Order: sequence, then C-alpha cells, then structure tokens
Amino acid sequence: MTITAVEAADSRPVLLRREKFERGIGIGLLVGVTVWLIWNFFAGPVQFINVGLAGLRLGAIYALIALGYTLVYGIIELINFAHGDLFMLGSVFSSYILIKWLGAGTGSAKDWGLMILTLFVVMALCALLNVTAERVAYRRLRRAPKLAPLITAVGISFIFQWFGLVLNGSAPKSWPKVIPDGGLVLGPVTIDWSTIIVVVVTVPLLLGLSYIVQRTRQGKAMRATAQDQDAARLMGINVDRTIAFVFALGGAMAGAAGLLYLETFGTTRYDAGFQLGLIAFTAAVLGGIGNLTGAVLGGVLIGLIQGFNDGLPYGFGQKWSQSVVFTILILLMVFKPEGILGKPTIEKV
Amino acid sequence: MALSTPEAVDTAPAKSDVIASHTRRWALGFVALAIVVWLFYTFALPNLGTGPQTFVREWMPLGSLNEALVWVICAVGLNIVVGYAGLLDLGFVAFWAIGGYTAGWFMSTFFNQISNGFYFLSAAPPNQPGIHLNFWLVLVIAGCICAGAGIIIGAPTLRLKSDYLALVTLGFGEIIPQVFLNGENVHGFNLTNGAKGIAPLDNISPLPFGPATVSIGNAQIAISKPLGPFDVTAKYVIFVLVAAFCVFVSLRIREGRLGRAWLAIREDELAASMMGVPLMRSKLAAYAVGAFMGGLGGVVYAVHNNSVFPDRFNFAISIILLAMVVLGGMGNVWGVIVGALGLAWFNSTGLPQFGDSFNQQFGTDINFPSYNYLLFGSILVLMMLFRREGLFPETRTRQVLQEAERSDAEELDGGEA
Repeated sequence: MTITAVEAADSRPVLLRREKFERGIGIGLLVGVTVWLIWNFFAGPVQFINVGLAGLRLGAIYALIALGYTLVYGIIELINFAHGDLFMLGSVFSSYILIKWLGAGTGSAKDWGLMILTLFVVMALCALLNVTAERVAYRRLRRAPKLAPLITAVGISFIFQWFGLVLNGSAPKSWPKVIPDGGLVLGPVTIDWSTIIVVVVTVPLLLGLSYIVQRTRQGKAMRATAQDQDAARLMGINVDRTIAFVFALGGAMAGAAGLLYLETFGTTRYDAGFQLGLIAFTAAVLGGIGNLTGAVLGGVLIGLIQGFNDGLPYGFGQKWSQSVVFTILILLMVFKPEGILGKPTIEKV
Repeated sequence: MALSTPEAVDTAPAKSDVIASHTRRWALGFVALAIVVWLFYTFALPNLGTGPQTFVREWMPLGSLNEALVWVICAVGLNIVVGYAGLLDLGFVAFWAIGGYTAGWFMSTFFNQISNGFYFLSAAPPNQPGIHLNFWLVLVIAGCICAGAGIIIGAPTLRLKSDYLALVTLGFGEIIPQVFLNGENVHGFNLTNGAKGIAPLDNISPLPFGPATVSIGNAQIAISKPLGPFDVTAKYVIFVLVAAFCVFVSLRIREGRLGRAWLAIREDELAASMMGVPLMRSKLAAYAVGAFMGGLGGVVYAVHNNSVFPDRFNFAISIILLAMVVLGGMGNVWGVIVGALGLAWFNSTGLPQFGDSFNQQFGTDINFPSYNYLLFGSILVLMMLFRREGLFPETRTRQVLQEAERSDAEELDGGEA
C-alpha cells in the first residue's frame, strides 16, 4: 500500500508537466492560425472579406445543424449520427415541395411566400421524422449499454440515406433557386443575397430556440431532464415527452438548415448529410457539446475556417477541406475535449 | 498465498488443455471446410452438368468467395477492437486503405523513379521499374505499418469516452482516404497517383520465395509459379490461409493474459484498472492487433482486385464491417466469420442475383442493389433493438449485454457514473 501511495504522489508533477505541454502546443497552434489569418488579410483584404462572408453563410447552416446534435447530446448523451442525414432529407424534401410541387421560380413575391411556407412544412416534416426515430428506436435503448444507441443511430443514418437515395437518385441534382444571384454591393465587397437570407432566417430561429429553452415551461422541463432524469420524473415532468420535444426541436432546425442549404447551393445529394453532419458535429464539440450558444459559436467558427481554407490564397484548398475540419476535431478531442464554452468535467471526456 | 499456489499449479495445465483442444477443434473444422470447398471447385464442379455449373457460377462464384474472405479478415480484426476490447472504431477503413496502398507501393511498377526495379523474392518479371517484394513479405510489412498507424491513432485518443473515441476514429477514417486521394503531388512527389489509383499489381508468388525449380531425380519441377489475376482458385487457398492465421491469432490471444485484460476492460474499465490491468497498454495493443489484421485485409483486397483506388475506401466499408461484427455476435470469432461471409456474399452476389431472378420472374424493374443501405441500416437497428448480442453470441457477451436494466433507484444512486 505504501508503495502505491508514494507512486501516486510522484506521478502528479509528471501529469502537470504533460498538461503544460499540451496547453503549450494548443496555444502555439492558435497563434499560428492567427498569424496565418493576419498574413492573408494583408495579402488581399477584399478577398479576405468576401471569403469570410461565404464562410459566415456556411457557418450559419452548420450552426443550425449543430444545435440538433447539441440538444440531443445535452439531454440523453447520444451522438445522433442520423442527424446529418436528417438535414440531407430536409434539403431533398425542400426541393420536392418548393420546386417540384409548388413550382417556385426566382425572385417574385409569390416565390418568397412559397419559400417561407416550405420552410415551415419542411421543419415540421423533419421534426416528425426525428421524433419517429426516437419513438421507434432510441427510446427503447435509453438504459442499454452506450454502444447500443450509438450503433442504432448509425443504422438509422443508413436508412435515411436510403430514403434520400430513393427520392433524389444517386447523382447530385441541381435546382433553380428562389433567391436571385447577385447581392448588396458595398464598394469592392459584395454581400450575396443568399448570405443575407441565411442570416435573416437563422437569427430569429436561434432567438426563438433560446426563448423556448430559457423562458418557457417546456424549456425548464428540458433543462431539468438534462440534469437528472429521475429527479425530473419525481418532480412530475413527463420525461419521455420532454425528450421527444427535444428531438422535434433538433429536427426542425435540421429541416430549416436543409432548405437554406438548397437555397444557397442549389443542389441536393443523397450523401451530403454524412459529411456536413460530421462537420456540424465538430462545430458542436468545438463550442462545447450540450451548450446552445457554443453550438452557434462553433458552427460560425467552423464555417469561417472552412471558408478561409477553401478560398484564401494561402489555404490548403477545397480538396483538403474535410481533412482540415476533421484534424480540428481530433486536435480538439486531445487538447480541449470540453470545447470553448463547455464546462470541464472531472472525468476527462 | 503460499497455500493456494500448489492448487493453482495443479489446475492450470488441465484448464489450458481444455482451451487448446476447444480451439483446435474449431481450427480443424475451419480448415476442413476450406478444403472441402476447394475440392468442390477444383474437382467436383468441372464434372457436374451445365445446369449446376451455371447455378454455381451465378450464385456462388469463387471470386465472390475470395472477396468475402477479405471481409472475414478485416471483420475478425475489427472484432478485436470492438468485440474484445469494447472500443467502438468507426474508421477501420483507414487500415484497409493503408494496407492496400502498401501493396500498391511495394508490389507494382508505381515507383518508376527506381528505373531498374528493386526485386526481393518477387514473382514479377525482371527489369521493370518500381519496387517488387514478395507477397508474404508485403503482408508482414503492411501489417506492421498498420499496427504502427493504429498505435499513432490510438495513443492520443484512448483517454476519450466511447462515443468520442468513435468520432475520432471516424475522423481518421475520413482523413486517410482523402490523403490517398489527394496525394498525387506531395511537394512535387507523386505518392499515391491520386484518383487514378495504382494498377496493375504484380503477380504474386504462392510461396515465400520467387519462382524456382526443384529437381527431383531427373524431373525438373517448377514451384512457386506466379499467380496472375485469374488464378482464383490458388488465391482462394492463399486467402484462406491468411484468414485462418487471423482467426487463430484472435482465438489464442483471447485466452491469454492480454485477451482477458481486454474482456475485463470491455466489461468494466474502472474495475479492470483497479485489478491492475494496464488500461492504456491493453487498449493500444487491441488497436495494434486489430489494425494489423486490417492491413492484411488491405493487401489481400488489393491482390484480389489487382488494383488500388482511393474511392473504394469509403465510410460505408467501416459500417458494413461493423454490421458484420454486430450481426455475427460481438466478441465471438465464429459468429463474426459467419456474419462476414453472409453479408459479404449477400452484398456482392446474393442481392443482385436475387434482384435479377425476381425481375425476370415477375417482369419488374427494381434496382435491388440500391436497397443495401436500407438493409444494412435495418440490420443494425433491428439487431440493437431485439438481439443486441448478435446471432451467435458468446455466453459471456450475452450476459453483459442482456444484463438487467438499471432501475430508477439504482440510477439515482449511481448518479452520472
């Protein structure tokens, strides 16, 4: 016994040194990125701002998807692998409803109205799908070993992909956009209309979500359930309904992101969900998983990083885009698993 | 301590004998089955009528069996990581890709900077550019490179909890194929030939040395003749040998100290570390051994296809491997083999063939292979909902996965732990 005690005492400074080392590397990386950004800014300020705006637009979409991950993880600690594919289905549904069935064109007042209508319909559809998946699969596995719901989520992600494949076909499809090309011209900088629309749609959604979580009775129930399910149940909260509600909220955000993605890029592909979902998950982790503000911050940051990497003269270029994001995910897991705004846990994630 | 020692000495050999005979019985069964299949394809099939021949060629070609064996090798490797050690790895395709590219680098004319070629016991024709090593040597090299990669990937990430670990491995599984896809110009050096891939590969030699002749009396017998892309039967024998090696290793390791450490970690990490199981070392070993087999699978896959292309190494492969392990029964090597053979055959031959027959019979035009997403997804979901331990579970896995669900009171007591 005495030997182990001495060993334990000896090993502490070693751990501290290692932590210092890790922190040093982390700070070094951050400084490197900052220097790189400043360098790029002075190399071409206009390009820098344009690329930053494109990154912001992407970041807003990531933020909406990341919210779905973070909401679900916050309440039942499940990484919902199927969430990215739900977003993909959102974009495919939007293309069907808005363009195939409602026949929207570009730019007229009627088209804008149809787009808003589609936004709500797609949000409702995705919410319904997510709640169905929860009801059919995840609910029964809530107390199972952790591997089980995770593998189930992977399975559901495949089923969603199949659904997308049936609706959309295996090749990417291009669609006309309601939002016209061009944008607001401010001197040398052009702000695309799509960027403005994405921000205009995203910000009220985020404010609404934040209102629901912080101010309403249902939001209080959500926070209570996230803290302790059994205590919440003892307080008379319907835990099952609360969790289903969280899935509905996340699904609705994914649906909105799907429509915005369609309106920004004008394409739908059945395999878009996996990549984008994973990037959005990285965003959620970057901001601190379980933290709503963090998800938005992380989404915008990742969007900017991806935009800068793809568009700046000294970036790695688009073909390395995913590698850059996943490298961030891995570095984050190693150096700061709790994210930017998350609380550090005693047990290292 | 002193009192119990003789007892332990008495029981230990008897117990290990039981295990050995048990393992041996299974290993003999595997080899016997492989030989029966080989005899069937080599001697019985040519003598059957055209009807059975067409049936076998359509529904059970030896080529699809060979491909299924590749899946078996990788699934057995993944089973060590997921089934034994309980670490969810969603990026196993990374090792498969590294193994494949190792074969591409060391068994083809790809590195034409070496104009006269570097030969080592190879069956490739002489005076070609590139590196040409013996197939068996390449297997070992690829396995070792993958084991090293497994340790590099594992070392910084194994502190993470299971679901985060899954994501990091997934990230690696995405990065590494992208590196191979974009690696045609690494500071001017063509490392991977980009999307064009590396093809064709060398003919392989069936024995650990190049072509040779042995003189017995007056007769000159050529042995270790090079096997080209169409020597499916000979390749079947080689693939079976590699698969048998993986099965044997994973069965033997499981009974040993390391295997018991893995099972202990899988079942309760905290308790295992309290009992003195070195967590990091055991987990890294699981990654290394699993990755080694993934590397073997990669080489064998490259040889099977006679080419390496980066777009073949996608996320679906990792998921299909996982589905094989889950379907067969996590931790049970035999279950995993059955799961891998079954799903691989179904995916490559069974589903398209069934689709063709169905469409012919009913005059429909349904694209059955496009249903494999639905199928694999449903398998994962349904297995998790109704038979979490797989089709052929080990008693031990069944007990863990079917353990009574914790009551609310216990959950309260345990808190977040």
